Amino acid sequence: MECVFGLVGKGFALVVADTSAVNSILVHKSNEDKIMILDSHKLMGASGEAGDRAQFTEYIQKNVALYQFRNGIPLTTAAAANFTRGELATALRKSPYMVNIILAGYDKETGPSLYYIDYIASLHKVDKAAFGYGSYFSLSMMDRHYHSNMTLEEAVDLVDKCIMEIRSRLVVAPPNFVIKIVDQDGAREYAWRESIKDAAHISTA
Amino acid sequence: MSRRYDSRTTIFSPEGRLYQVEYAMEAIGNAGTAIGILSKDGVVLVGEKKVTSKLLQTSTSTEKMYKIDDHVACAVAGIMSDANILINTARVQAQRYTYAYQEPMPVEQLVQSLCDTKQGYTQFGGLRPFGVSFLFAGWDKNYGFQLYMSDPSGNYGGWKAAAIGANSQAAQSMLKQDYKDDITREEAVQLVLKVLSKTMDSTSLTSDKLELAEVFLSSGKVKYQLHHHMTTTSTTEQEGKKRRKRAEICGPMQSTLLSPLWASEKVKDVIQYKPIYS
Repeated sequence: MECVFGLVGKGFALVVADTSAVNSILVHKSNEDKIMILDSHKLMGASGEAGDRAQFTEYIQKNVALYQFRNGIPLTTAAAANFTRGELATALRKSPYMVNIILAGYDKETGPSLYYIDYIASLHKVDKAAFGYGSYFSLSMMDRHYHSNMTLEEAVDLVDKCIMEIRSRLVVAPPNFVIKIVDQDGAREYAWRESIKDAAHISTA
Repeated sequence: MSRRYDSRTTIFSPEGRLYQVEYAMEAIGNAGTAIGILSKDGVVLVGEKKVTSKLLQTSTSTEKMYKIDDHVACAVAGIMSDANILINTARVQAQRYTYAYQEPMPVEQLVQSLCDTKQGYTQFGGLRPFGVSFLFAGWDKNYGFQLYMSDPSGNYGGWKAAAIGANSQAAQSMLKQDYKDDITREEAVQLVLKVLSKTMDSTSLTSDKLELAEVFLSSGKVKYQLHHHMTTTSTTEQEGKKRRKRAEICGPMQSTLLSPLWASEKVKDVIQYKPIYS
């Protein structure tokens, strides 16, 4: 089941997400990217109802882009987080989106930052955060091994520890994960952690 | 020219002009002057008060200077009842922005949103345009100190020094001559006074006819300081010196009447803006 988590290191923030698209007991695919690159320096990792997740994250992404076109300056990570929270809060009393979000970003003035936003529109600025069944394990691992000003190497090592714990302790552990990072050079995919590949199509010929 | 194209704002004349918009700008030409100067350490706005009467109730409210948000202030020239509507929408916009993003609204965005409203009245609904020009002074983290000027058509632009209202053309050309890029806030005040003393219709430049607002940074925070209801007493030696200095700049004509009160710490009164619905 779903695992999305993230942490802030020295000069960067990273987000990790499982890549399984699941319905009931059925796995549709295991290379679904659940971390959206919001703009040049923002990452949005999301868990929750698959349709809501795709719809809502794209809605936020397009609004962030619109802001930049209109005003010629990008939104700060804090502003984007508050905007996202506001949209969730408005939707909450109408037709709520079932999405939980980890928003990571890098700003010139404030450096890297990470925000925890859940579907009932609470917003927290944190150093480490997790959603889904994987959170029970990744949070414990991060509580034990996280420290401030982690280097990228240390952080990725911690991420691997978390993934290892999820794979070995979670009954419904997803097989594959993707890691994305954001630092002064921008937001990008960092690595995949795959234990299975989707089977190649069998030729009918 | 016939009056056929005057009656509706939404109609172009055969020469491609919008008369109602031009008349609105004309209306501003009769209003008290307001001058703004951008300096390296802040923005200065000075306005000439037209309504001065012994019978007028002394109040804390101002005629030409309005605070829009903690980091933006504006000076007005034109029809005040129109201006009040626009000032209110500007304040609402600024608060809406902070509500959505938990950050102060960038100055240019605020100006633009207000100018969008102004533009709307030159095109839609068969209403008359707002007879108001604004000078906006503000600070934001992206572009630092900024000064903007807007007119009834909804045009706006960023300026280093700008004038609106009566004799604004003359004031503007004087500013063009005397403005220097490395001007300080204090020098900016002096320059505004010099320009006003030469362009104002009344023969004497007295402190009770002026309003002065400054936007600057004080220990990393944006501060808005307003000086009005300036009296003409000065007691200390230092003030005397400053008065003589100003007299030199403004010429002998105004020397005895112009008080240096905004320069004296003693009389500096920081007006905390009261909420509009208090």
